[in-house]
Amino acid sequence: MALSAIRPQTLESGSRPGGSRPARKRPAKRRLAYAATVAVFLLPSLIPLLAFVIGPMISAAWTSLHEWNLIGDMKWVGLDNYRFLVTDPATQQAFLHTVYYIVGYLPLVYVGGLGLALALNSKLKGRAFLRGIYFLPVVTSWVVVALVWRWLLNPSVGVVNYVLSVVGIHGPGWWSDPAWSMPSIILASAWKDLGFVMVILLAGLQTINQDLYEAAEIDGAGWWRRLVSITLPMLSPSTFFVIVLSLINGFQVFDQVYVMTGGGPNNSSRVVVQQVYDLTFRYGQAGMASALSWLLFLVILVVTLVQFYGQKKWVNYA
Amino acid sequence: MRKPAGKAVLYLAVIVGALVMIFPFVWTVITSISPGASLTTTPKLIPDNPSLAPYLQLFDRVPFAQVIVNSLIIAVVSTLFQLVTSAMAAYAFARMPFRGRGAIFLLYLATMMIPFQVLIVPLFVEMKSLGLINTYLGAILPTIASAFGVFLLRQAIGTVPYELDQAATLDGAGHFRVFFQIVLPLVRPALATLAVFGFLNTWNSFLWPLIILRDPLMQTLPVALSSLQGQYSTQWDVLMAGSVVSILPMFALYVFAQKYIVQGVAGTGLK
Repeated sequence: MALSAIRPQTLESGSRPGGSRPARKRPAKRRLAYAATVAVFLLPSLIPLLAFVIGPMISAAWTSLHEWNLIGDMKWVGLDNYRFLVTDPATQQAFLHTVYYIVGYLPLVYVGGLGLALALNSKLKGRAFLRGIYFLPVVTSWVVVALVWRWLLNPSVGVVNYVLSVVGIHGPGWWSDPAWSMPSIILASAWKDLGFVMVILLAGLQTINQDLYEAAEIDGAGWWRRLVSITLPMLSPSTFFVIVLSLINGFQVFDQVYVMTGGGPNNSSRVVVQQVYDLTFRYGQAGMASALSWLLFLVILVVTLVQFYGQKKWVNYA
Repeated sequence: MRKPAGKAVLYLAVIVGALVMIFPFVWTVITSISPGASLTTTPKLIPDNPSLAPYLQLFDRVPFAQVIVNSLIIAVVSTLFQLVTSAMAAYAFARMPFRGRGAIFLLYLATMMIPFQVLIVPLFVEMKSLGLINTYLGAILPTIASAFGVFLLRQAIGTVPYELDQAATLDGAGHFRVFFQIVLPLVRPALATLAVFGFLNTWNSFLWPLIILRDPLMQTLPVALSSLQGQYSTQWDVLMAGSVVSILPMFALYVFAQKYIVQGVAGTGLK
């Protein structure tokens, strides 16, 4: 997608615009000067990316093959860390909780976001203002969202359980109850991301050709029929984007869990990234932590690739 | 949606929805001016004795002014660096042909897919060996280049008519002058989008500052808030005061830059 847009062009004298080998016929001195100019433009970002992303990524792979407590010498253990992790019940549980989070969160934000996008795409007065309100949580930090929801969902003095009690419902223990800790996190996360999904789907809705709807209406198609036969298929690229992004971010869920429940109670909401964090900074097992983080990366990579492979079946690029 | 009754129901639904969405913010503000709010079992929408005491407590107990300054310095410096490094690389990718350009651009894109968690251990070790634990520089360095920014700005520069560069080049301008005098002024909206996103992300980021800034005097707002919760886990008036303080700058930014934020989100969705 992106590469096809590159237009190789040059303005240096002696080369045609559109030619991709600019330097062939130039004197060596000018070629050097040109290379230096390219370097000046590129290195300010290339060096940090190499030093703080790509380098560490490779170094983490190396660390994952060792036993290491961050201070002493590294001890080579081969694939032992990985072998341990795939059979370790705590790791399996962390992955299970992470998947639980995604399975609860994704349908909630997608259906909610779609409903909002459809509602706020129709001609309502003040819709820009309403969109603005729905988007507010998106600019709020996860830590604040988690804190605020921990307060709202406080089992004894929280306002949500108070409102429930007014209508005669005895509210659950929310984050203090192992059965409700993950639903609490999912609820807060969906509240924060709803506006984000709405904006992406709104952008998608606006690219749909209105003639399609008129033609369908002439054919007597009702509201539901138009949604299923026109809107959803035409919206599939945006839907695809929301799902890919939600899965990538969902597997990396951490901030809200750390603040809302700390992984508890009884480890009922412990997720993979928290396990990476604790292995590193609480238990001093940097090798194991690196192996787990690489495992997580591989899972995300496979899940993303599968989606890109599977999109031919349902994503409709007009 | 032609029937008036249908429209009224729709209106009602989105307005009730908006009230539900905004309520947590309203409740945060109310709690923050109701000292002792944690103790009452019947919450009140209008506090009995509203006061700013929770804010005073907040600034009294935690070096909160210092924390705000830390957050500001880190977010502003990171954002400035991101703007400069991204714009320069974007220009090279859009306007300067060189061998291996496609491959290097692909490398940039690939860095967007690496989850940050994989980098925790090696980055921490790297920063430790550089002596940058508990320093602004340690918090800032990993964020000074942004592949997302390069991508965004390269797309924007791609829309600048090529004839403009050409005219300038005929007048004897080199790449630096074309970059500064022609291209940059024309991609100002994209620069604004990147600035807002860069600021938003660094201001709100949690995991890396949590790891690198261990000294309470060096912490950023999200980290300070989370440790505040550890110490005063039941003093909700103080905790909510802290939340209000950290939300306000973002809301102000949002009001002024809403257009750029929404464009940025919608734009990434279309890719």
